[in-house]
Amino acid sequence: MLTKLDTASHWLAGQIAGIHLFTVTGGLMIGAAAVLLHHAIGRIAGVSGIFFTGIKEGGLWRWLFLGGIVLGAGLGAQLFPSLNIVSRPHPGFWILALSGLLVGWGTRQGGGCTSGHGVCGLGRLAPRSLVAVLVFMATGIFAASILRHWLGVPA
Amino acid sequence: MKANLAALAAGLLFGIGLMLSGMSNPGEVLSFLDWSGVWSPDLIGVLGSAVLVSLIGFRLARRKAKPWFAAEFPALPRKPIDRSMLFGNLLFGIGWGLAGYCPGPALAGLALGNDEVLVFLLAMLAGGFLQQVWARKRDDL
Repeated sequence: MLTKLDTASHWLAGQIAGIHLFTVTGGLMIGAAAVLLHHAIGRIAGVSGIFFTGIKEGGLWRWLFLGGIVLGAGLGAQLFPSLNIVSRPHPGFWILALSGLLVGWGTRQGGGCTSGHGVCGLGRLAPRSLVAVLVFMATGIFAASILRHWLGVPA
Repeated sequence: MKANLAALAAGLLFGIGLMLSGMSNPGEVLSFLDWSGVWSPDLIGVLGSAVLVSLIGFRLARRKAKPWFAAEFPALPRKPIDRSMLFGNLLFGIGWGLAGYCPGPALAGLALGNDEVLVFLLAMLAGGFLQQVWARKRDDL
């Protein structure tokens, strides 16, 4: 007979085993990229910050980093075409535009995004970034689970 | 020169990582953020493994007097956890959850034959610009 703890641990093991190897490999590479940028030039690999500061103040390294992201993704897709899965939900023009506006405004006012607050901020044990991640995860889950359905966005 | 090459290398690694991990696929991101249907834990694997590496890497960096290719570690401005910052992150999360894009993956999408990221990136640019205009107005008051 299974106890509740058995069921819970089986569920948890299933969830962990359900994480694909490539997601972890990719995550390790993202972390390594952030560490490389910091050790090499002392900067924080926050994409929103680098993007907006690059537009405002320039700086060749910023555009090389951003260009590297585009090229790297293209390279990855060339090397592993089977992983370039397109399961996009096609939310439509207006939802895309609204989502972009909110991400642009929000990352400027909030001081970072998934990379700056998430990967780098948590790695630096910055309390402000931990708070930021908890807030944007919570509202991200709210928007994806509830708001999207209210607005009738195709899932 | 070396600093610029390092930034390019970091960007390349970041971009390959975004693509391999599935972060550049908004469907994958939404399957983590959307708890109303079949939930996928993959994003925990991405963020968890990335943070694990950065925890170690940033710890090691604290022992260094200066970066390899720069004169010093630029000082990070100490910013408060205030209402404005919380509100910004609240808005960012909503934008992220609506379509499954955040800035890095949207850039990566430019190389993955995903044309809808153009709309997203232009809107993101506009959103950042509007925020700056609004912040300046607010400070002037």
